[in-house]
Amino acid sequence: MTATAPSLDAVIASVSRSKAVRARRRVVVISILAVLIMAVAAISLMIGNTVYSVTDVARVVLGQDVDGASFTVGRLRLPRMVLAIVVGLSFGIAGVTFQTMLRNPLASPDIIGISAGASAAAAFAIVVLGLSGTAVSVFAITAGLLVTLVIYVLSHQAGSAGTRLILIGIGIAAMLEAATQYVLSQAGQWELQAVLRWLTGSLNGASWEQTLPALIALLVLGPVLLSRRHDLDAMRLGEDAASALGVRIERTRLVVVIAAVGLIAFATAATGPIAFVAFLAGPIAARIVGPHGSLLVPAALVGALLVLSGDVVGQNVLNLRYPVGIVTGVLGAPYLVYLIIRTNRSGESL
Amino acid sequence: MTTAHALTATDLTVGYGDTTIISDLDLDLVAGAITVIVGPNACGKSTLLRSMSRLLPPRSGQVVLDGRSIHGMPAKELARTLGLLPQSPIAPEGITVADLVGRGRHPHQGMFTRWSRADDVAVAEALIATDTADLADRAVDELSGGQRQRVWIAMALAQDTDILLLDEPTTFLDVSHQVEVLDLLTDLNRRRGTTIVIVLHDLNLAVRYADHLVAMRDGEVYASGSPETILTPELIESVFGISAAVITDPTSGKPLMLPIGRHHMVDRGGPDAADGPAGHPASD
Ligand SMILES: Nc1ncnc2c1ncn2[C@@H]1O[C@H](COP(=O)(O)OP(=O)(O)O)[C@@H](O)[C@H]1O
Ligand SMILES: [Mg+2]
Repeated sequence: MTATAPSLDAVIASVSRSKAVRARRRVVVISILAVLIMAVAAISLMIGNTVYSVTDVARVVLGQDVDGASFTVGRLRLPRMVLAIVVGLSFGIAGVTFQTMLRNPLASPDIIGISAGASAAAAFAIVVLGLSGTAVSVFAITAGLLVTLVIYVLSHQAGSAGTRLILIGIGIAAMLEAATQYVLSQAGQWELQAVLRWLTGSLNGASWEQTLPALIALLVLGPVLLSRRHDLDAMRLGEDAASALGVRIERTRLVVVIAAVGLIAFATAATGPIAFVAFLAGPIAARIVGPHGSLLVPAALVGALLVLSGDVVGQNVLNLRYPVGIVTGVLGAPYLVYLIIRTNRSGESL
Repeated sequence: MTTAHALTATDLTVGYGDTTIISDLDLDLVAGAITVIVGPNACGKSTLLRSMSRLLPPRSGQVVLDGRSIHGMPAKELARTLGLLPQSPIAPEGITVADLVGRGRHPHQGMFTRWSRADDVAVAEALIATDTADLADRAVDELSGGQRQRVWIAMALAQDTDILLLDEPTTFLDVSHQVEVLDLLTDLNRRRGTTIVIVLHDLNLAVRYADHLVAMRDGEVYASGSPETILTPELIESVFGISAAVITDPTSGKPLMLPIGRHHMVDRGGPDAADGPAGHPASD
């Protein structure tokens, strides 16, 4: 239309060049995150009360017998490290799924009461009903889905959701946290660490038995979410635009909510609601990969990195040992305050 | 270039919650033509477009594309034939123009066959057609309203559908950008034979660009046909509730609507009425 219309070939070349640049940046960021996770994972196996060398740790991981290290590394640190990665991936991918679907960073399951529901139910099942293992997970998942349903129904009564859903969710989260505290106050002889697990989340006493259900949930539900990542990405344009692009909105929303709540619930049943990991992983991932392409994988990796390094810091850096949820809580709280202030000013935003 | 598709609404009734917005509406889109829908605010134009493109399920009646109900078709298959630019789409924070336009390729991609050469070509063509190629690497949120609107249209073009519905694509644009957008859509219609449906607010631009005009009122099609035959003072009065004169536009030869308000009438008998700005003659 203009006098100097660029040639089609030139524009094609530049379109595919920008595409390649964006793809390369993604690969680089994802690789760096993966390498960082491996590095922190290795550190978490090496340091602690006793420090073991890389070779000792490597031999234990490969199944050889090493004096002392076999127990400390193989039985204590290894399951703890794997559990940290599994729940970190789960919280990260489930959190960013909600944030993307509802186009709001405050819509993360740990802000709007889904984690709090899972955590209250798990605490109730353990403390009051004396249950353990899979039964606890079943309780946590059911409660997570119920809370989701309640928030959805309450916020949908007057037309659209948005900010209303988030405010209702925050209120429900506060009530459920109070319920958890009440249940724990009935627990009697419980040691401090067990209590803290259900309030802020902790990896203390991690075992393979505890890791397995969360790992299976991740292996089943993670791919379900990943298979919907392009649809989720299209939903960032608004539901009308996404639907016009061939996304089945209702079906996508249903599948994605069930998978994400399932992941949150299994992870919460294993470690308690590790504070703010689901909430922080997405925005951090968005900051480092940029606005292009799906955030599910980068956010999952950021979640794993947050939990792993939060635990290493909590266990080793300070003179007291703090559960990982306290460390991530200290990171997440200021960001939550910042977002609430920003939402208040601008009404709503991504 | 394109195959002619028939998109028809029969006995269509749609609404939200308990309220019915559109009842028993019949509409036959003229294949290969530009249809413009006009009507007062809240009369159901967006609702009609949304239900013609599967966004809203009908309460009763149906929308049929080439003999098949669109609500029974696979979503992506439909999205390769029928595109919709909604009234207020959302640009994710920081997204670049080329990336946003590339989103239009979604229905052409499967889970494993993601980006191909054909996608690059479609995006490049859409950028050139909308004159946005030099903006390709800019962030959408940095653009002016007119540029941004052209980018959204580019996304709809990249979708490469034979039927394209656009909900108020010119709102918020100044008059030169409005004309630019409508010229662009006319080019698309003439070059590719794309069937185009546009919701417009400006009645005179609607008449100028429409092959076929649909006037809606209270969720019904009040009148439809060629603009020359249906645009009368009576139609304007009953659809928009304003009295108007209709003359012939000297440029296009099409009808031109001149609204008649309560002020600024030429008082042919006496001195100029006192309501114009001082020293501004009402006519010479
Ligand atoms: N999502 C919705 N939920 C409930 N009512 C709606 C919704 N969208 C539109 N409406 C109502 O439907 C009627 C028609 O709206 P719409 O189709 O957007 O009109 P138009 O596009 O002609 O201005 C209005 O009264 C509007 O308030
Ligand atoms: Mg509208």
